[in-house]
Amino acid sequence: MNTINIVSRRGFLERFVSAGALIIGVPVLQQVSGAAEVDDAPFHPSVYLGLEPDGTVVIIAHRSEMGTGIRSVLPMIAADELDADWKRCKVEQAIGDPKYGDQNTDGSCSITNFHTAFREAGATARMMLENSAALKWSVPASECHVKFHEVLHAPSGRKAGFGELVALGIKQLPPKKEELKFKSPSEYRYIGKDMPIIDLEDLCTGRGKFGIDAKMPGMVYASIERPPVFGGKLVSVDDAEARKMRGVQQTVTLDGLKLPYGFQPLGGVAVIADNTWTAMQARKKLKIEWDLGPNAAYESEAYKKQLLDTARKPGKVVRNAGDVDAEFARASKVHEAAYYVPLLAHAPMEPPAAVAEFKDGKVLAYAAVQDPQAAQDIISKTLGIDKKDVTCHVTLLGGGFGRKSKPDYVAEAALLSKKIGKPVKVTWSREDDLHFDYYHSVAGMYMKATTDAKGRPTAWLQRSVFPSIGNMFAPNADYAAGFEMEMGWINVPYDIANQRAENGPVKNHVRIGWLRSVSNIYHAFAVQSFTDELAAAANRDRVEYMLDLLGEPRKMNMKEDGPHLAKAGDKMDQFPLDTARWRRVIEVAAERSGWANKKSSPGHGFGIASHWSFNTYVAAVVEVEVDQRGQLHIHRVDIAADPGQIINPDRVNAQFEGAAVFGTSLTLMGEITAMDGKIQQSNFHNYPVARMSEAPLKTHVHIVASNEAPAGVGEPGVPVMAPAICNAIFAATGKRIRELPVKKTKLA
Amino acid sequence: MIQLKVNGAGRQFDGDPDMPLLWYLRDVLDMTGTKYGCGMGLCGACTVHLDGAAARSCSTSMKDAAGKSVTTIEGLAAHGDHPVQQAWKSNNVPQCGYCQSGQIMQAVALLKEKPKPTDHDIDEIMQGNICRCGTYQRIRQAIKQAAGVKA
Ligand code: FES
Ligand code: FES
Repeated sequence: MNTINIVSRRGFLERFVSAGALIIGVPVLQQVSGAAEVDDAPFHPSVYLGLEPDGTVVIIAHRSEMGTGIRSVLPMIAADELDADWKRCKVEQAIGDPKYGDQNTDGSCSITNFHTAFREAGATARMMLENSAALKWSVPASECHVKFHEVLHAPSGRKAGFGELVALGIKQLPPKKEELKFKSPSEYRYIGKDMPIIDLEDLCTGRGKFGIDAKMPGMVYASIERPPVFGGKLVSVDDAEARKMRGVQQTVTLDGLKLPYGFQPLGGVAVIADNTWTAMQARKKLKIEWDLGPNAAYESEAYKKQLLDTARKPGKVVRNAGDVDAEFARASKVHEAAYYVPLLAHAPMEPPAAVAEFKDGKVLAYAAVQDPQAAQDIISKTLGIDKKDVTCHVTLLGGGFGRKSKPDYVAEAALLSKKIGKPVKVTWSREDDLHFDYYHSVAGMYMKATTDAKGRPTAWLQRSVFPSIGNMFAPNADYAAGFEMEMGWINVPYDIANQRAENGPVKNHVRIGWLRSVSNIYHAFAVQSFTDELAAAANRDRVEYMLDLLGEPRKMNMKEDGPHLAKAGDKMDQFPLDTARWRRVIEVAAERSGWANKKSSPGHGFGIASHWSFNTYVAAVVEVEVDQRGQLHIHRVDIAADPGQIINPDRVNAQFEGAAVFGTSLTLMGEITAMDGKIQQSNFHNYPVARMSEAPLKTHVHIVASNEAPAGVGEPGVPVMAPAICNAIFAATGKRIRELPVKKTKLA
Repeated sequence: MIQLKVNGAGRQFDGDPDMPLLWYLRDVLDMTGTKYGCGMGLCGACTVHLDGAAARSCSTSMKDAAGKSVTTIEGLAAHGDHPVQQAWKSNNVPQCGYCQSGQIMQAVALLKEKPKPTDHDIDEIMQGNICRCGTYQRIRQAIKQAAGVKA
């Protein structure tokens, strides 16, 4: 699949570009990295670029825009390689279609997996235009060069605009992949520059259209009362009071879940009304009897105890080097600690929302989704229609953080439309969002080490226990999935002779799903906090200690550490864990924060943590103040990151700035709990997220210049925050936080 | 019948007087620049100006808006070039952008009250506006730029 094809004019770019346009497609075959689905699924990304007869370059953004800037940045790569005038490029958002390849905007991999395809699309278009100009002027192609939206023939001084060459371009055979020539980095116009995103103007004027803003003619508004406990079912409903309200049209009951849960709608009772508010109000008047189902006894305190107890017992070995047991048997002293991170909700500012119409056996949907193909899939399954008969348009997303890769809400809209015969908009309230999320998994970790006289570990044991995301796709997945273990657990890069990582079993009682950086959050919290504890016990400088544990610079692929790692080892051939790069980010964070000259004192502390996720190396130094009332202030964060080559430095910085705030929220205040199977939090008063004064006052982002392959930037800034903040709190107060969120511990 | 002005234009509403202004703007007038985030006055996404002062439209009923003049993000400046909007653009503030209508409306109100705000003023007045993407530091920077105070 490595050839480059001209897509027929009857192909799927049709809807975007006019007849007579030159369309270039670049199918690429790649191996997925870091996706949170099936471990062995290959995927076939492809991108498309078209030229209009008026010279406009149309570039398809097939990944969803949720604040990373991806729908600007990927197209910019193609525009740069084509040396197009960005002002004459038009970005179109792709509908869900497997022909575009993977569209699940998740796993911080859009640039990693697609930058090459977009460069190839641009380079292909450039060479075809040069060849077309050569034909037109009967000169050698080698004398024709694209320069800023024109082709120039230097010897004769002739010029032709892109539009003039489209008709000839269509007749060209595309160059073979190996014939493609690429710009040298010094020729880049947009790559490496702080180009503003294409949506900037709209987002500052209220014109940006999100899923919650989508409308269709004749549309009605739905608000859905869902079973209060996961797996519960409707027994009966009395809707008389609700239907009396002015503006209420009808109520509709929806079936409950079947196994495996996946992205199915939860079921319940929908109120259909003339506007969102009326639907929400009338819903409160429904009198419903529920069968609460098998999870009605779920209770967070007891579950926490269960997780931590399990973590103290031997589990399934997922990585082993040397012999920790022998070393512990010899040890005169061991260090132990248990860590806990609760359930977390995504709480994107835009709650889930979608509009869908079922008509003539087909569905048309507009939705804020990270993965329109997953929306097609679940709609087709829920309604029993062909996936090809589902068209899913992607709006802007008011935040996603992983929530919106799970399109249950789009299926709700489609199902309701089918039942009532009108287009339906489903808007989740904030209460719905917090009650019915796919939560970030609650986790318990147990750590044990013994050290030599210098405080350096000679044996290191780590166990984690958490309900796996795998439960959503295969019932009774009591142990973690491989990809969860790869997120900061089986790849702790310390140079310690005896190391073992284990994972223990647990049953699941809520919907679980990936949230910005996923398992890295609790794994990094345990590993990086425990590292700090050992350094503190040895009274050693944290930076010096971390570098010591990382050992000599080396590239690790972990293959030697056990059969479980074969898969990780394969991926790690492409992206080996490079401890030299890891060391470097620690050094940069230390240098730029002035670590060497900063001494913690009572009430004022500095903490550091480092982590590797989505193939990006990150270290953060956090400065905190704990005032006499025990109030915490985060004065400054220095994040050093090596994500390989970067495309748009400003958007990269923004992602790390944002990750510092997201990480602060989950560290200080994020906690979802259940009682009698019901989630207890309902809105921002009891599920607070960081506000301006709670967020770090200043976050300095230091990107390490690198020529390595581009890696992730959306998520990797998150995992370091919890341990860095808690290590800083320890430095300021001597209090060791082993349980998140911090607000549960009195700091004064 | 409730009478009010929205972005300078006279409007009449004869629906439920308890309906929040937010949903009137969004569902009835189709002015979707004003956003829903919590419906409880907790997040600021729905911030508009009511007779020139910042108000949470999710917690302002139509009867409370009667006789008032409402300004939404759509009506803030004809060409989207209010000095606060300009500062927002030059600092590339938005990530997903969903909270930004509310942030901008709140910041405009802040600067009306405190043309030269301190960090403390900014914290105090912007406190009610959540940005889940975490753009706070750029919001602060943009407010200071619009106010012409040192960052
Ligand atoms: S929606 Fe009005 S304050 Fe949140
Ligand atoms: S920019 Fe996304 S919530 Fe503020």
